[in-house]
Amino acid sequence: MERVYLDNNATTIVDPLVKDAMDPFFTKMYGNPNSLHSFGHEIRPYMGIALDRLYAGINADDEDNIIVNSCASEGNNTVIKSLYFDSVLNSKKTQMITSAIEHPAVSEVYEFLEKLGVDVKWLPVNSEGIVDPDELRKAIDPDKTALVSIIWANNETGLINPVKEYGKICRENGVKLHLDGVQAIGKIPVDMQDIQADYLTFSAHKFHGPKGVGGLYIRKGSSITPLIHGGEQMAGHRAGTVNTPYMIGMGLALELAVKNLEHENTEVRRLRDKLEDTILGIDEVEVIGNREMRTPNTILASFRGIEGEAFLWDLNQNGVAASTGSACSSESLESNPTFTAMNIGADLAHTGMRFSLSRYTTEDEINYAVDVIKKSVTRLRAISSTQNKEYI
Amino acid sequence: MAKNDLIGGALWEHYSDKVSDRMNNPQFMGEITEEEAAAKGAKLIVADFGADSCGDAVRLYWMVDPETDTILDSKYKSFGCGTAIASSDVTAELCIGKTVDEAVKITNIDVEKALRDTPDTPAVPPQKMHCSVMAYDVIKKAASVYKNVDMSVFEDEEIVCECARVSLSTIKEVIKLNDLTTVEEITQFTKAGAFCKSCIKPGGHEERKFYLEDILRDTRADMERERLNATGETKTFADLTLIQKHKEVDKTITESILPILNADGGSVEVVDMKDIDGFTDVFISYKGACVGCAASRTGTYEAIADALRTKVDESIRVHIL
Repeated sequence: MERVYLDNNATTIVDPLVKDAMDPFFTKMYGNPNSLHSFGHEIRPYMGIALDRLYAGINADDEDNIIVNSCASEGNNTVIKSLYFDSVLNSKKTQMITSAIEHPAVSEVYEFLEKLGVDVKWLPVNSEGIVDPDELRKAIDPDKTALVSIIWANNETGLINPVKEYGKICRENGVKLHLDGVQAIGKIPVDMQDIQADYLTFSAHKFHGPKGVGGLYIRKGSSITPLIHGGEQMAGHRAGTVNTPYMIGMGLALELAVKNLEHENTEVRRLRDKLEDTILGIDEVEVIGNREMRTPNTILASFRGIEGEAFLWDLNQNGVAASTGSACSSESLESNPTFTAMNIGADLAHTGMRFSLSRYTTEDEINYAVDVIKKSVTRLRAISSTQNKEYI
Repeated sequence: MAKNDLIGGALWEHYSDKVSDRMNNPQFMGEITEEEAAAKGAKLIVADFGADSCGDAVRLYWMVDPETDTILDSKYKSFGCGTAIASSDVTAELCIGKTVDEAVKITNIDVEKALRDTPDTPAVPPQKMHCSVMAYDVIKKAASVYKNVDMSVFEDEEIVCECARVSLSTIKEVIKLNDLTTVEEITQFTKAGAFCKSCIKPGGHEERKFYLEDILRDTRADMERERLNATGETKTFADLTLIQKHKEVDKTITESILPILNADGGSVEVVDMKDIDGFTDVFISYKGACVGCAASRTGTYEAIADALRTKVDESIRVHIL
């Protein structure tokens, strides 16, 4: 059976070039880079190349830091808890600001800090699904706010937030800005000379690198209290023997992703738009958010009368992988918080379905997926009791 | 939470083959028209039921023989996840051939059992038990439409956990009989709260009338009241044995007197007790700094005697040895 992977916001295939680049560092050049002998010494030039690629990939200054860690969840935890320790617990700030559409790696850290007594402000989204800079301007308080954490591009909707505006507002108020860049990197240009953020987190497996490795950008002049103590690696910012093959893999993956940005913005976008147009051709389907304001690879749609888990089941039966944040698909029976926050008409909590493409998605795959989607919609609407309006 | 829980995302692996089959090829999905019912001389019943929490909705069709109350045919339409569709499909099947009175006895547990591949392996993972509840509710709705009565007449007891169908009276009884002190214990004993967890406390998947946390707290309070009544109502101080009286006296001295005396390095001990002419004589002996203290025969003595008379019983007389 044919299989089509349209869940690239969950994870991506590793680029074969990346896999090949990592390979020598498992069995040939396996030394600990902190060792002084040749086994350690010989790794370091390759780590230097990886760092060059990471710095170039997001246009970081050599005076900035990019800490190689295990994933963006670690990076988000590090930043938020660090600012809690330094500016709330050991200083006079009392408030931290985030949004209602964060990934759990941010929102659950803030829920944890709320229990410890931090005043967390949750910024809402506007009718277009965007965190309005005016909301940030209203909430921010130079004397009280320790940190602002906002998602750059949302993982469910693909909607891109006006991060440049956030940067200006935070800079004007002397407040640190932390951006979750997981869904932005590799999909849209990320230039840290253009965006005035102090911290940026990312994860290699979202841009065709391996799982289990990520990065934390820290702008020059901003500090960090390590989440993991215990060694001098990463200039003391993050203890633990550096995962050299994965760091090297991530460096190349980012370089390739940046090289492919034009392709992402043209070919991937074309295929996404083609899929989206077909979906919109089906009766009673709504796509969330203006496509020009989204990452070029993402569609979040609501299919009236079709519950997300049942739809996902049917798609999977036919080899198409997508994603639903519907309540019935989760262990806790709770719908994705972003769906709840995106209160813009459609019943996303029950009917939301996300399709996310990558540079590996082909025209044939989109054609096949279109057929499967149409077939599943027809079958499930025949079963559904709510598709016909007369029943409501 | 241990080894088997560490790799998440296994929801579908816990669906039985029957659930998959029903989802892929539902057998009883569809509608019954007035014409089809009339052709068989039967009455058409259409019942809608929706679960606000899920947004799930099911419509059940019955073709009922008015002479015998037998359900000749049953079909459904369902908006819901895979297990909701599979549950609806089995619900419709289970109704066929039964009388309406027999059908209202079908529970969500019967529906889940009918979806099992083997008798001892659940057809769905715990949180999905919830999906079969709606299928069960819609039967009651159909029966109420047929009989033109309110749905509540088919519910003779208050159900706290819909997934495991555990009643309020059962939960209270189990708490009392087994002296349960935690919600986890209630779940172990009754399975209530083991599935969608809505009934454990407010804020879960579905809003409930009763929550296990509240029931546990209230039942424990009832138990405590009953215990106190059992000791308080039946026996006065005069009815107690001397040993029981000694315990009461000792308790008051330990709680009300010793902390004050200890603070000044002193102490007191009950050496003997006697019942004489309707009085209880308590003989005490001072220790530590109280020995030879001037107040031990005035202020301190009065404080001890007063505490015992007001907190234990009027009949107490205190003597210093």
